[in-house]
Amino acid sequence: MPSLGTSFGRGGATTFQQDLQNADCIVIMGSNMAENHPVGFQWVMEARERGAKVIHVDPRFTRTSAMATKHVGIRAGSDIAFLGGIANYILEHDLYFREYVEKYTNAPVIIDERFVDTEDADGLFSGWDPEAGRYDIESWRYEGMEVHGAAGQRGEGFEPSGEQSGHGAAGGGLHHGEPPAEDPELEHPRCVFQILKRHFRRYTPEFVAETCACSVEDFVEVCETLAANSGRERTSAFCYAVGWTQHTTGVQTIRSAAIVQQLLGNIGRPGGGIMALRGHASIQGSTDIPTLFNILPGYLPMPHTLSYHKLKNFIDSNTSPTGWWGEFKSYWVSLMKAYFGEHATEENDWLFEELPRIDSDNSAYFTVQQMLAGNVKGYIIAGENPAVGHANGKAHRLGLAKLDWLVVRDVVEIESASFWYDGPEVESGELKPEEIPTEIFFMPAAAHTEKDGSFTNTQRLLQWHWQAVEPKEDCRSELWFYFHLGRLIKQRLEDSEEERDKLIKALRWEYPTHSGIREPDAEAVLQEINGWEIESGKFLTGYPELKDDGSTVCGCWIYCGCFKDGINQTARKKPHWEQDSYVAPEWAWAWPANRRIIYNRASADPDGKPWSERKRYVWWDESDGSWTGLDVPDFKEDKEPHYVPPDDAEAEEAIAGGHPFIMQADGRAWLYVPQGLEDGPLPTHYEPHESPFDNPLYAQRANPRRQQNKDLAEDPYNPVADEPGSDVYPYVVTTYRLTEHHTAGGMTRSVPYLAELQPAMFCEVHPDLAREVGLEHGGWATIYTSRSAIEARVMVTDRVRPLQMKDGRTVHQVGLPYHWGKRGLITGDSANDLAHMALDPNVHIQEVKAFTCGIRPGRRPRGPELPKFVAELREQARSRLEASAVEPPTPGRTSRTPSASGGRGEQDPRVESEEARKTSS
Amino acid sequence: MALSKLLESWPVLRQLREGDPLGLGKAVQSPRSQMLVPRIDEAEHVVHSICPYCAVGCGQLVYVRDGEVTHIEGDPASPISRGRLCPKGQASKSYVQSPLREYKVKYRRPYGTRWEELSLDDAMDMIADRIVETRAKTWRKKTGGGAPANRTMAIGNLGGATLDNEENYLIKKLMTALGIVQVENQARI
Repeated sequence: MPSLGTSFGRGGATTFQQDLQNADCIVIMGSNMAENHPVGFQWVMEARERGAKVIHVDPRFTRTSAMATKHVGIRAGSDIAFLGGIANYILEHDLYFREYVEKYTNAPVIIDERFVDTEDADGLFSGWDPEAGRYDIESWRYEGMEVHGAAGQRGEGFEPSGEQSGHGAAGGGLHHGEPPAEDPELEHPRCVFQILKRHFRRYTPEFVAETCACSVEDFVEVCETLAANSGRERTSAFCYAVGWTQHTTGVQTIRSAAIVQQLLGNIGRPGGGIMALRGHASIQGSTDIPTLFNILPGYLPMPHTLSYHKLKNFIDSNTSPTGWWGEFKSYWVSLMKAYFGEHATEENDWLFEELPRIDSDNSAYFTVQQMLAGNVKGYIIAGENPAVGHANGKAHRLGLAKLDWLVVRDVVEIESASFWYDGPEVESGELKPEEIPTEIFFMPAAAHTEKDGSFTNTQRLLQWHWQAVEPKEDCRSELWFYFHLGRLIKQRLEDSEEERDKLIKALRWEYPTHSGIREPDAEAVLQEINGWEIESGKFLTGYPELKDDGSTVCGCWIYCGCFKDGINQTARKKPHWEQDSYVAPEWAWAWPANRRIIYNRASADPDGKPWSERKRYVWWDESDGSWTGLDVPDFKEDKEPHYVPPDDAEAEEAIAGGHPFIMQADGRAWLYVPQGLEDGPLPTHYEPHESPFDNPLYAQRANPRRQQNKDLAEDPYNPVADEPGSDVYPYVVTTYRLTEHHTAGGMTRSVPYLAELQPAMFCEVHPDLAREVGLEHGGWATIYTSRSAIEARVMVTDRVRPLQMKDGRTVHQVGLPYHWGKRGLITGDSANDLAHMALDPNVHIQEVKAFTCGIRPGRRPRGPELPKFVAELREQARSRLEASAVEPPTPGRTSRTPSASGGRGEQDPRVESEEARKTSS
Repeated sequence: MALSKLLESWPVLRQLREGDPLGLGKAVQSPRSQMLVPRIDEAEHVVHSICPYCAVGCGQLVYVRDGEVTHIEGDPASPISRGRLCPKGQASKSYVQSPLREYKVKYRRPYGTRWEELSLDDAMDMIADRIVETRAKTWRKKTGGGAPANRTMAIGNLGGATLDNEENYLIKKLMTALGIVQVENQARI
């Protein structure tokens, strides 16, 4: 989560669900919490019972809206306009928390004079390279910063970004943790505060109302409510989910909320914060201990093909002179000791030069394109269902059909395992089983009741689950599968002299096993994650104990402490009624260091006193000379509130006593992000990749840095805005989940009760749209895009509002749950088959929350008629588009020549994966 | 006396006599319902678990008898969920015992038109062989531009957000040592 990471220092929810009860106002946006996180929603209800305002901003009226005190309907894909509008309202009306903003954020910092804002360059920040389709971020920096650290890599074309970014990497040139140039009065025209003011000045209530299709009154009420419930005495919280993230501007949307919460002084305080609501049991965990291409455990970056050739360079580039990232080398070396044991030594640079290198994008959507191109031969899928769950399902199924071999591990036979004989492409004749070369192994998996292990939930909490029963027959845990797979591979290569086998031979791969099936001991793995001191064998108590000389082992530095004192801290189950406070610190274990609200030094004022009695949480105890409170202080325990670091201070020592954001090089929350994001230091409103509208602010219609696959035949795009042909796909479509189902459905369409409760795929449409196209409640509709067409039962409801736009147009929205597929107790078409694979540039996430579609009554064509139907509509749109194309585009605002891939007068971003393709051959 | 017995079995009388005026307790039990016991009473042991669906992280209690899960309910001790579960969490016994659950390895040979049987051991050996072979054939020490690569771009691994931390740890550790960099999970979707 680079948005939260760059803003505050750590990529995780800043608070915990139970603390929502202390909020005076809760804004839920980009989330249908009541239906998708129903049990967590009880804490929102607790707050409401205590008098809190609950605001739900969402394109649909859901059960969350029904339980809120206020619902504001907006256009799907207009979130940054709404949040930017809130920021503007706060700034224009002086409603911000002045002392918090001055002391705890980078508002006073003066920015390089070369920086040019989108407002002055028609939608582009300074540094845009139209050839490369990316930004050079040199001009975004703090004024007077030395070129240092990651900046040194610039010549090699790589900057830290994505999940590993935002961890204070921009610390170069800070002396005693302070930026070189500041204006504490916040008046310098180039200080962050003034830049922010100018950046959002055009986001007036009228602009918001027009862009988001809501009323000025509703919008102002939200702003006033938020402001009235923030400050010394009161706090407001934000809750979001994938309604914010699944956009080509996903990361910047969350950044917008981070800005609002900083201006209102709501981070690090009880009842405040940003609650990221995640949708899988351990999705936070699978980012912390990543199964992601670009990071290693604890957000350490994977070495890159284009830089970091030598260990020293790599360490220097990733070490911040100030803040906790100053200890980068300790985290790195301890991980290498966990991976390679005695084989990793100081003399061989801890095997750095043997490690594999990544390109800028080796994400799942890159891989599927490589499959289609025939470059990927083997694939292992463990507990994921790309044939249903990924955008543009057809591209994924066609990709799988090109593999030499495929392993699918799941509890039921999911669509990603069966695509070769019952997938939609078999039905349409596009794939024939006897022509598919893929060798497939379906391996039945063990369920959570059949194995020990820990999940990291949405609030960074590691909770252990114990095995209840033995898995039956061939069912096995992933722990078993990967452990024994690794063992078998190592056996095969133990006598190899090949250079490529050096690392796998050096891999530490000894774990005790138990029971008849030789299940690895999950606690032994957790112990390695926690780490120990090699000489004494003593378990480490926390990451400050890690050493950079190879004397400590630690598999994930942010999880260090989870096996403190030789006790599985994640398995602590002390009932909440036996604990002293609602914080319940003896239930399980949260990273980092069992802190439940992070950055909680900010719950006290610069002097270390609670901002108010009502909102006391962590404070400085003068008599004890230490920080204390309801939670583990997220600050060095004995660092005085007025501590000023000496000039030569490094790492944590360089963070002043008044700066709560200890992971950041300057100890502050970042309103403005000088480094770590691909698409700008500030969020700005862009239209979705596919939308029926122009950008009301700029000629630059959509995010210029978004990733597109223009040359990929399997991923065609709809014409947009008022381009000819866009009328073939005139509606906004958004996808979502239902309470009774889970993601791609493998864990719920197979469950009789749940199948009965939500038996069929449906679409939500407004009565006006139903009338307009002739849809009947309970009847069938066919929904189509350039990618595919699906059918769904029609639900006519005013829960999805028509959008009344300024230009007099009425644009309809269509809502689609995405849980269905070809298999299970209940079956149906997959909404994701409609979606495209244009991505957010920071995290490579797809835009399934706002794109365009057409809809007509009746069932979709069957067999070979289906692809024909889709192609005919696509051709119809394309021919209108081509007929209208006359002159080449001229630069500037007047350029309006249509292009086949969406966007007029736009910068034309290069296909991201080309670079990777070149370097990987 | 038959009559007094009949009178005594009259629910209203029993409700009043047994201090159950609303008729919600013992007074309205029939001989059959008196014999009923909750299935959790028959459990041999109870295991603390966590719901496998979304990331709220509700506590679950899993009741076991004769090596089978007999019931799953909310764990009241959890400070997050306080004993509650949503429809998915409540149905998780049906999830772990789904009629569609697969218990055997299935194998589809290239260009095959049906699943075949395969032993787990053979499948593991074959998968290990495939990885070793594909990796050897597609290994790149350097990129086309001459930069260090130390990897194969011909193998990928997908999944993780539904798995345990310990499992993800082993996946990333093994794949990194094998030079397999295309490791991804649901955080992208």
